[in-house]
Amino acid sequence: MADLSVKIAGVEFPNPVIMASGAYGNGECYTDLYPLKKIGGVSCKGMTIEPKMGNIPPRIAETPSGILNSVGLQNIGVHGFIDYYLDTLKEEGNVIIANVAGATLDDYIAAAEALDSSAVDMIELNISCPNVKAGGATWGVTCEGAASVTKAVRKATSKPLIVKLTPNVTSIADIAKAVEAEGADSISVINTLLGMRIDIRNRRPILHNNVGGLSGPAIFPVAVRCVWQCYNAVKIPIIGMGGISTWEDAVEMMLAGASAIQMGTAIFTDPYAPLKVIDGLEKYMDDNGIKSLSEIVGQVKPW
Amino acid sequence: MSYFCDKYPIIEKKALSGGIFSITVKCPDAAKAAEVGQFANILADGYTLRRPISICEIDKEQGTLRFVFEVRGKGTEVISRANVGDNLDVLGPLGNGFKAPAGKKVIVVGGGIGVPPLLGIAKQNGADCTAILGFRSYDKVILDKEFAAFGAKTIVCTDDGSVGYHGVVTTPLTEELAKGDVDLVCACGPEPMIKAVVKECEDNNVPCRVSLEQRMGCGVGACVVCSCMTVRNGKEHYARVCKDGPVFDAKEVKFNG
Repeated sequence: MADLSVKIAGVEFPNPVIMASGAYGNGECYTDLYPLKKIGGVSCKGMTIEPKMGNIPPRIAETPSGILNSVGLQNIGVHGFIDYYLDTLKEEGNVIIANVAGATLDDYIAAAEALDSSAVDMIELNISCPNVKAGGATWGVTCEGAASVTKAVRKATSKPLIVKLTPNVTSIADIAKAVEAEGADSISVINTLLGMRIDIRNRRPILHNNVGGLSGPAIFPVAVRCVWQCYNAVKIPIIGMGGISTWEDAVEMMLAGASAIQMGTAIFTDPYAPLKVIDGLEKYMDDNGIKSLSEIVGQVKPW
Repeated sequence: MSYFCDKYPIIEKKALSGGIFSITVKCPDAAKAAEVGQFANILADGYTLRRPISICEIDKEQGTLRFVFEVRGKGTEVISRANVGDNLDVLGPLGNGFKAPAGKKVIVVGGGIGVPPLLGIAKQNGADCTAILGFRSYDKVILDKEFAAFGAKTIVCTDDGSVGYHGVVTTPLTEELAKGDVDLVCACGPEPMIKAVVKECEDNNVPCRVSLEQRMGCGVGACVVCSCMTVRNGKEHYARVCKDGPVFDAKEVKFNG
């Protein structure tokens, strides 16, 4: 039987499928269907040092092969997460990743410090949320911004640090290099693409926030391209994400350069999608005599 | 409360009036877990998001759930094309139901496609249930005979007066509340109707539970997109319609929030 385990920044995942932040709550919502242990890791709902109310609804709109969302980081705060969810997550799950967001540098530092002494396995720095007025993606769209927040958080925690990048930039490879230089252990690529839909009957944007983040199969080719560009620019491992819904997508993402993958929107269509990807990867490895997934990472043969 | 996700065979399908369909699926596990007022998230092939559709009838003995829904767009149109013998991919039962106590006097107020989830209360409470059902016109009327067959006093209202009481549901509601002795009002329908019902209940000091709608994502409480402003212990909070609702105590809901 194939060994599906992967290692990112010294952390071992039993399989390469991680649930993406924002799509899976804090791991508590799908346990009616299957145990959390089946999933390689969970990136928890994006958290800020203080609780956040989130944006005015509607917060979701369907698009061809995808969705737009504008949740706006509604969350119970880092301390709420640690107090109410973390123990259960550690007990029931595998790798637990805290996705951290903030408006100011101090917010990021305070959140990282609070998590440093907690039981989370990794921190994923969210500098790419398109749905908040202050901070969020404004950190992630320049090399200077991305570097400064990575540097500050790097000092605040000894936890393995993943930086989640936004695709809404001119050169994602340059941003990847900037965060690598400041001590990021890994990057997750990509967050959502900024989008918009309008109801032609009342001429109102469907999202109350007017704009939101596009996810789902629609963005998969963009994500593959971004992962490939980053793979060619940095040495740290990449977690590939954006529209993955099948095991074939996962293999494609790994060939582009991802050492592990995240899934989000796909579970809204099929809650079993992550398990199907894990099973599919296992069969793919057996069928092709692949002993470790690291054998295929970045093995695309460009023309 | 637990939910399931599986492909279940359709055992009955009927076209009701005006683009409204009734589909019954055999799903013993989900039917056993279901409560009146809950919903299911149903897959429309080719679409990213499932469609939240309220449960109209639960038959725990036969192990069936019945869904009555209106074709509102392409997704619901895809679902409406499924026939007896086909499978329906159902995620459910989801959310909190009405939890109307048996043996108590309950008035249910439904508007349009908000009527189906209330039928279970008529089934449970029989003659203790009064059903006030509002529709745009006679050709949109659904399920009124089924409410009556369960023994509920059934009052049909239409906006254009083409059948039943000519006017909005709140006029007969006022009359029924004035008779006193009402333990609970349960409402589901368009927001203006819900607001009017809630006000009427407040004025008469009668508890009211409302089933709300919002654009939904996962259906199980994970993605936090279907929010609804609520006030609990004096604190404002965006509750999740899918998980904390869809039925809320009217006192907790902050409309226009």
